[in-house]
Amino acid sequence: MRGSVLARTVVIGAAALAIALAPFVLSDYNRSQGADVAVFFIAILGLNIVTGYTGQISIGHGAFMAIGGYTTAILTHDHGWGELATIPVAVLVGFAAGVIVGVPALRFHGTYLALVTFAVALAVPQVAKNYSHFTGGTEGLVLPAHTGLWLYGASWTAAAILFVLAWLILRARTGRAFRAVRDSEVAAVSSGVSLAVYKTVAFGVSAAFAAVAGSIYVLVNNFVNPDLFGLTLSLYILIGAVVGGLGSLWGVLAGAAFIQLLPIGLTSSHALSSQSVPVIFGAIVILVMALVPRGAADLLRAIASLHVRRSSNAPSP
Amino acid sequence: MTALTRTLVPGFRIRSSWIVPLLVAGTCVFLLVGSLSSALFAQQTVSGLANGGIYASLAVALVLIYRATEVINFAQGGLATFTTYVAWQLIDWGLTYWLAFAATLAIAFVGGMLVELVAIRPVERRGNVLTIVIASIGLLILAEGAVGWIWGAQVKFMPSAFPARVFHVGGVAFSFQDIGTIGVSIASVLVLWLFFRFTKVGLAMRAAAVRPAAARLVGIRVGWMLSLGWGLAAALGAISGLMAAASPSVLLQPSMMDGILIYAFAAAVLGGLESPAGAVVGGLSIGVLLNLLPTYVGWVSSALLLPVAFVLMLVVLLVKPSGLFGRTRVRKV
Amino acid sequence: MPPLLALRDVDARYGPIHALHGVTLTVDEGEIVALLGANGAGKTTTLRAISGTVRRSGSLEFEGRSLGRCGPEAVARLGIAHVPEGRGTFSELTVWENLRLGAYIRRGSLDADVARVLEYFPWIEGRRAQQAGTLSGGEQQMLALARAVMQRPRLLLLDEPSLGLAPLVVGEIFRIVKELNSREGTTVLLVEQNARISLASSDRAYVLEVGRVAVDGPSAALAANESIRRSYLGY
Repeated sequence: MRGSVLARTVVIGAAALAIALAPFVLSDYNRSQGADVAVFFIAILGLNIVTGYTGQISIGHGAFMAIGGYTTAILTHDHGWGELATIPVAVLVGFAAGVIVGVPALRFHGTYLALVTFAVALAVPQVAKNYSHFTGGTEGLVLPAHTGLWLYGASWTAAAILFVLAWLILRARTGRAFRAVRDSEVAAVSSGVSLAVYKTVAFGVSAAFAAVAGSIYVLVNNFVNPDLFGLTLSLYILIGAVVGGLGSLWGVLAGAAFIQLLPIGLTSSHALSSQSVPVIFGAIVILVMALVPRGAADLLRAIASLHVRRSSNAPSP
Repeated sequence: MTALTRTLVPGFRIRSSWIVPLLVAGTCVFLLVGSLSSALFAQQTVSGLANGGIYASLAVALVLIYRATEVINFAQGGLATFTTYVAWQLIDWGLTYWLAFAATLAIAFVGGMLVELVAIRPVERRGNVLTIVIASIGLLILAEGAVGWIWGAQVKFMPSAFPARVFHVGGVAFSFQDIGTIGVSIASVLVLWLFFRFTKVGLAMRAAAVRPAAARLVGIRVGWMLSLGWGLAAALGAISGLMAAASPSVLLQPSMMDGILIYAFAAAVLGGLESPAGAVVGGLSIGVLLNLLPTYVGWVSSALLLPVAFVLMLVVLLVKPSGLFGRTRVRKV
Repeated sequence: MPPLLALRDVDARYGPIHALHGVTLTVDEGEIVALLGANGAGKTTTLRAISGTVRRSGSLEFEGRSLGRCGPEAVARLGIAHVPEGRGTFSELTVWENLRLGAYIRRGSLDADVARVLEYFPWIEGRRAQQAGTLSGGEQQMLALARAVMQRPRLLLLDEPSLGLAPLVVGEIFRIVKELNSREGTTVLLVEQNARISLASSDRAYVLEVGRVAVDGPSAALAANESIRRSYLGY
């Protein structure tokens, strides 16, 4: 046990160091790409809280990103707020949206919940398109641009803060309650965990994270429009969470890197066109589900356990 | 199934199992009366039914797979898009429309079976329903990605089998396209019904869907029946896609069936996820509803149609999850 | 003559639970053999092992050929009809469709088989379109038997046919089973909790205890042996 905690700390430390030093060696464009990785990191973190830890599947997190993104855009564009100041507002709005979704979600399980959230992912951009008076409609709103460095710094600072926050929440009683809900609702109820409260809170927190991701996403792109938050976004967030490993914080970075960096890696060698990326993603998802359903984190854990002897009953992080 | 009985007039009871047929009958009457009094209403109803036929075909495909496996195939629309592009390609290579149509159905059928064997079966062995759902999402991304990769993302033009003319009945203009779509959708669902009702394989598929363990004991190869189900579903999806691409309001592009998939979900949910007949009624209803709403209710613009369908689906799931035609089924071995 | 069915040292597991510990038994052609024992003794598991519904190891031979890794579909095609616990009726389908499914592996005309089924179960005639789930317990059991008859099996595996049925109906069912055996020559392996009627209707019997054979012999002898009846069969 000790050994694997040490191993994990080392890995996280190394990753944090790499992230902190990267901007010094990257071009400005690459830095904004790095900011994109942070966006997905935060979104996947959020999804993991509701799906990985509380067991409620959501294929609609792009919608929560949209809510956060439009909050930031509207406040900045129409009301002159400073961009970073809008983020706390996005958190609140996101949380509220998450709770609003979470309440009816109490009635659904598994496939039905997937169905509903999938539909939400498609419906929300349509709503944005319709109420163009607020949202700029199909054309959207343009926002001030920033340097890659600024974006990188802002996004990864937010990511770090949220990561620590997530870690604290999941460690504490709330996190244990989440896991109890996921593993056995019956057992959770009989130990006094209120399903309704924790499930809804999980959605709320998760959506708040996604909203922050959306805010930053909009800043990175320096504009907002409904197409930014299409179905693909929600699907990719899910894929990132799944490939990284649901129920594992450490896998989130792997998932975000996978989604953002793999396409870049594949296409930069010019062997494959950018059109091939979704095909490869799709194939990888199917392979992962067939071979390692619990994702990369599980794979890493399996590898780690070869080096560090530990009992097979070790709990997941 | 318990029948709720209420006594309005002594000796005359209304049962809850009457409510749905009454609703359907009432709606039909409403539509008929409306169509007779207003040319616009009639036109919108008919084109609504045509759209409904598209949703219904895809909805039945979803129900076929859900019935047997409790899995909602999120890739159903994506696979339909792929097969529609295959048809486009065949026509581009010189085949006549109906030849390409038939060939596409065959390709879709075989393709659907292969997909189940190669992509879904290995996952089924491993995991639970959610794992398969996520795999189907992977399949969705793969299918739409493959379309973009092979044919590019620019919009293409898909010819239609039906002449673009209109004909007049009593002062109302109807398009051949709409009537043709309704005809094809109804014909395909009818053929499917005949297949399930009167053939040995159809019976075996039904048996495998409701009681797989008992089906094995009489010698039915349940795995094959599942593949067949996916093949049939893919063929239905192909029909849906072909009819959609021929419709003037739908463009042939990789994301073509995304919205239609939602309408199909709503239709399937409305009808009860395990009832093909329900899916047909659901599809037609949603098609008509979503056509009449923008015409007669001002604030419902075309962009809001999807959210409206979503709300409808949500309401049904919250109030009567088994749908209009569904019954709560106890799964036994 | 080699036995129709021969099990030697058969083990079976449900995941971590070891249900059968080396079951050895034989069934000769034309016999009715009863498999008795308390709840949890492994009777149902033995039938499941034969039909391939549960993972098993050991030697299982039918008509001299090994059942090896055959799953239920293959076992049915070899000529073994398994009527499971709970009857395995397709409740959502009609009586006629259930019968039709019984003959799934057969080709050609089913008229002769239908005629035979109606001889044994004349009440089916007027009820072909009835949904099987709405039949009474006894009727469902008879439908399950009828379905097995349609299959024209060499070996019939019957799991707890008397479960939940009134004594009169149980008697009727066992009468039909004996008639199937004497007229059609169908070999029967019968699992039952009701030891008394099983011993009265069968030629030989095995008594299982905790996953292995404890006692076996001619049914008449077992029924007459008071100490065996009291220790193993509870009466």
